[in-house]
Amino acid sequence: MTTPVLEARGLTKRYGRVVAIDGSDLSLYPGEILAVIGDNGAGKSSLIKALSGALIPDSGSIFLDGNQVHFRTPMDARTAGIETVYQTLALAPGLDIADNLFLGREERRSGTLGSMFRMLDRRHMRDEAKRHMSDLGVATLQNIGQAVESLSGGQRQAVAVARSAAFGSKVVILDEPTAALGVKEGNRVLQLIRDVRDRGLPVILISHNMPHVFEVADRIHIQRLGKRATVITPASHSMSEAVAIMTGAAQPPPQPVAP
Amino acid sequence: MATATADFDVRRNDSLGLRIQHVLHANPVLGPLAVLIVAIIAFSIINGRFLTATNLSLVLQQVTVIATLALGQTLIILTAGIDLSAGAIAVFSSILMANFATKAGMPGFIALVLSLACGTAMGAINGFLVTRIKLPPFIVTLGTLTIFFSLNSVVSNSETVRGSDMPSLMTWTGNSIPLGGFRLTYGSIIMLLLFGLFFYSLGRTAWGKHVYATGDDVEAARLAGIRTGRVLFSVYAVAGLLYAIAGWILIGRLASASPNVGVEYNLDSITAVVLGGTSLFGGRGMVLGTLIGALIVGVFRNGLQLAGVEVVWQGFAIGLLVLVAVSLDQWIRKVKT
Repeated sequence: MTTPVLEARGLTKRYGRVVAIDGSDLSLYPGEILAVIGDNGAGKSSLIKALSGALIPDSGSIFLDGNQVHFRTPMDARTAGIETVYQTLALAPGLDIADNLFLGREERRSGTLGSMFRMLDRRHMRDEAKRHMSDLGVATLQNIGQAVESLSGGQRQAVAVARSAAFGSKVVILDEPTAALGVKEGNRVLQLIRDVRDRGLPVILISHNMPHVFEVADRIHIQRLGKRATVITPASHSMSEAVAIMTGAAQPPPQPVAP
Repeated sequence: MATATADFDVRRNDSLGLRIQHVLHANPVLGPLAVLIVAIIAFSIINGRFLTATNLSLVLQQVTVIATLALGQTLIILTAGIDLSAGAIAVFSSILMANFATKAGMPGFIALVLSLACGTAMGAINGFLVTRIKLPPFIVTLGTLTIFFSLNSVVSNSETVRGSDMPSLMTWTGNSIPLGGFRLTYGSIIMLLLFGLFFYSLGRTAWGKHVYATGDDVEAARLAGIRTGRVLFSVYAVAGLLYAIAGWILIGRLASASPNVGVEYNLDSITAVVLGGTSLFGGRGMVLGTLIGALIVGVFRNGLQLAGVEVVWQGFAIGLLVLVAVSLDQWIRKVKT
């Protein structure tokens, strides 16, 4: 059996008496889109935050390519190659597309201009930004120097996904990427997610939108009461069966599905 | 998606008001610049003496201290903060400078460097309280404003130090180069160079991008991997240094260091920033706008005086301008995309 790219074992996080995650497992295999679904309060967000370094679990362990890792900040996870697109997108609306793509990872000019005067290599960053955007088929954006606030919801999502795909070397995590979008834009983003996977990056997709989940996911991780209830595939179960497991109306199958 | 990308075609059908809104949204400096130009034209029509080299050099000299303060204030307002202690740090730094050089008998250069360091430290205290103790900037700087003014009286013993008693370096900022009838002081040159420096660092360095991103949405910036605490702290410390430099320029301007000046500087610096089109909500604005904003304040004060308007009404006019500027900012922010 292949080693999971990213694996969590027995993650637990408590806030006072509230248990957010209660010994949860998760495994993500190479080249797949793993959807994570669960009712509100099932611990999806906390689980994802632990994987992206935004939350330090009380106990349990995380493995990246089979090696144990300890993330203390989102930057740690990022340095390790895990990129997260948050629901809020984490874009700076006043800055342009290229600036946002390189936000926090700006490239400086070579030579004294860069080292002494800290001058940014704007042309290179713009060219790279254009390349990344068109790699993902988001060439509709006419101007890479356009402020992000002037973009539509789907376009902003595309910028955030392009950023994670450009810099993520191991895993891309997407938190509710289609939640705020219309039908057309939502479908566009789903295609974007497939494109990211087809470029070789495994994706974790957190979503409430069952049709979207069943459309793109290779496997579906169902989170319930702070634990992984089971893992199914769109082929093995129907949408209503998944919802039944999620809400506790049906018993989960005993053995999680491996790819 | 297709409709959103055809951005510029849609504009053609917009009303004039909407189009103006869009232009101002894209070029926030245009509004203040228009106000400045109209004011200059109006005041020179009202009084022929306004547009003389002598008077314009006076305007620039009057503006220099406020503009330097407003530059530091701009950095802080760009991060959605506010600094009520700007003038207090400037005046306290000038008092420290004068006393280091006279009572403590330090060489001018040492006194200068040491007091600039003190100004930076005062800004850093603000920054520490804002980033580490997580207090709102308004409250922090309200507290430090009071503390710095009080320390100011203690150190100075409420006495003014005359420029002639200080090393010449202290008052050097007041010396000027004649350019025809126009007198350009070294203080103004320093101020303009500082504006150039920050025009560059805000627009062309990663630090500048991080300042904008942090001010725009601090949580987004943090998630994007920016160490927002560090960015904020650096902004407050750098602003402190700029205020101290303003204090040095102030000594040159007054040819003395007095603990009793500068009460109005705190608010004037905010006025200049707001008039310059920088948004109090953070993340939007340019230092160029602030320079224009400071010039607007100077031109109005001077022009109204030449026009024979009483001092009390000058404040009225400036206050009105501020309200108009803030309303305009709100309107521009509501721009539809």
